[in-house]
Amino acid sequence: MDLVTEINMFESIASAASERWNDLNSGSKPWIRIGTALCGEAAGSKNLLPKIRSILDDLKIDANVSEVGCLGLCFAEPLMDIQLPGENRVFYRNVSENDLEQILTSHIKDSKVNSDLAFLYSGDEDIEDVPRLESHPMKAKEQRISLRNAGDIDPYDIDQYIANGGYHALNKALFEMDSEAVLNEVKDSGLRGRGGAAFSTGIKWSFLASNNAPDKYILCNCEEGDPGAFNDKGILESDPHTVVEGVILAGYATNANYGYIFIRHGHDGPIERTKNAIKQAYEKGLLGDNILGSDFSFDMEVALTGDSYVAGEETALMEAIEGKRSMPRYRPPFPAQVGVFGKPTNINNVKSLSYVPEIIRNGGQWFSEIGYEQSKGTAILCLSGALQFTGMIEVPMGLNLKDILYEVAGGVSGDRNLKLVQTGGPLGGVLNADNIDLVLDYETFRNAGAILGSGGIIAADDRTCIVDLTRSLIAFCQYESCGKCFPCRMGMSHLLEVIERICDLEGTDEDLDLMRNIGENMQAGSLCGHGQLGFNPVASAIKYFPEEFNQHIIGHTCLTKVCNNQRFSPTRTRR
Amino acid sequence: MDVLTTAIVEAVRNQEQPTKTVLSSLLAIQDAMGYIPKQSMEVVASEVPNTTVNDVWAVASFYPNFKFEPRSQCTVEICWGPTCHIAGAMEIFGEALNVLELETEGKTSDGSVELDFNTCLGACAQAPVISVNHHLIGRVTKNTLKDIIEKSK
Repeated sequence: MDLVTEINMFESIASAASERWNDLNSGSKPWIRIGTALCGEAAGSKNLLPKIRSILDDLKIDANVSEVGCLGLCFAEPLMDIQLPGENRVFYRNVSENDLEQILTSHIKDSKVNSDLAFLYSGDEDIEDVPRLESHPMKAKEQRISLRNAGDIDPYDIDQYIANGGYHALNKALFEMDSEAVLNEVKDSGLRGRGGAAFSTGIKWSFLASNNAPDKYILCNCEEGDPGAFNDKGILESDPHTVVEGVILAGYATNANYGYIFIRHGHDGPIERTKNAIKQAYEKGLLGDNILGSDFSFDMEVALTGDSYVAGEETALMEAIEGKRSMPRYRPPFPAQVGVFGKPTNINNVKSLSYVPEIIRNGGQWFSEIGYEQSKGTAILCLSGALQFTGMIEVPMGLNLKDILYEVAGGVSGDRNLKLVQTGGPLGGVLNADNIDLVLDYETFRNAGAILGSGGIIAADDRTCIVDLTRSLIAFCQYESCGKCFPCRMGMSHLLEVIERICDLEGTDEDLDLMRNIGENMQAGSLCGHGQLGFNPVASAIKYFPEEFNQHIIGHTCLTKVCNNQRFSPTRTRR
Repeated sequence: MDVLTTAIVEAVRNQEQPTKTVLSSLLAIQDAMGYIPKQSMEVVASEVPNTTVNDVWAVASFYPNFKFEPRSQCTVEICWGPTCHIAGAMEIFGEALNVLELETEGKTSDGSVELDFNTCLGACAQAPVISVNHHLIGRVTKNTLKDIIEKSK
């Protein structure tokens, strides 16, 4: 095929997309965007959509209305913004059905920004008495790479992704770079896996690239069972194409030919948006045979799992894709030799793959200059719990956790004090308020007994009982143990029994040693991280809150009185 | 073939994605019917190559989201992830049991509402979160819960 005409093929796709984007921003119609990611949905944004349309009809306003993903300011959801053609974007926070008519009338009908109603704005013109989006504490320290389009573009519209630089990296890779060059850029970037283990993505890819088997797979892991983390789902809901493009690029770099994006059943937003993105990519010739006329072919589909936390473990994930019980496999053989369906396989987390298009566009060197020591790039964090501003942020590695909690998240809400921070999912650890002076860096967190992991950061104030919280985490770990390795299956049940006894203020002097003993056996005798790390929540809680355990065990009192309350756990477990 | 079995076969055959497995077939049945009728085991075993009824049961019994009885008109899930726990999920669950006159997870005596725990509904920034008929509702309080459930019945 004639190379030059084929490059023009992408150029015509890109220029048509830009035209549509310009028309949306400065055409003849106002553009209304409303966040309908999980956080928006939970705040009721989906109920607002029909109401918005009916008010626009009543006011006889012809406007574009788009559902967008997560801008990150989840505490302000439902978050709606209005952009009159060629003008600023003005954001309105915590919009209720009752506010809608007033907002739409004053902003669109009367072309007036009412500073009592408006929350933030972005754009060139200053608006009196309304702060700029970038000046908000949650936005001020952000550097968005993975989330560059989140909340700005309609995730159902591939043109909006392309108009903002999307699939340009794929076009560049296919026609200007060989697969080794793509692999080297990712190696040079220093990108490390964002799923928790923080292994070098480039080196992982090179294991698969060096295998010459004809059929090879790329798996993208969005199982995301970590309670407190919603960034994987957030990325797929806000900008699924950046992940689709990342998977195709991973396939090109490693000469793989098939990709699966693996999502937990039940989260409809991420699933529908990802399925739609894959369909659109096929329609534009960005997936399938001879992508954009090159000699590279790649296919992709969404695979779903049932509820299983362990399905996020890489070998258990392969079992689930094969349609079996998601239990981890023995290693070796490693996935790069024998993976899904017995074929060589590479597995990356959603966040890791979402960076790849920008790394290829801007070069590995560019990415490696962002971040801190061995932790390159940005951290995508989910801030939740007792904080003033909760949501999803993307900040450079190397920022201080304390600054993130007190500045970015605005500190603890109400007149309370920070008691603890739980990071990296249930298998991560807790830190007390005196030990949060940590830079965002994999090694720093590990040395402190916590995990940066998938980026979930949960803050709790002084009303929280550490023993009760630990019980809740262990109850989760027990519920989710797949049951394959008995040290994990029985160890978790045993741990839960002991910690429930302590919560009942009936613990004995031997209980802490007993739990340590169980934990050591779990670590030594389990195939995957669930059992190996399963004692982390207990170990870190005892390390940072020894007095509170003693109050429960020796003093038989729970000072927060949480342990006096009734508690409930699921009755259905895999035991 | 009875009506139910025909519907199960259709659900299994109508899967749009190229890779069809035991798990994907069971998920498709649950999506179509709301639950996994017992006949599904034999249907899936015959539709997916090299699969026995035992293999299908092994998968169906492993994932706790699979239900083997028709669902209630109204399903309520309460998140018990750590963020929701800190934000008062236990109190919310206790109130739900009160309102629905239940002892633990399960269906009400008239079968109209079904209550479940969920490990994480994914909207942690809006904790405590519940899901009613598959729609997320955040910042739930003990006081608003009763209204939400009554309206959804």
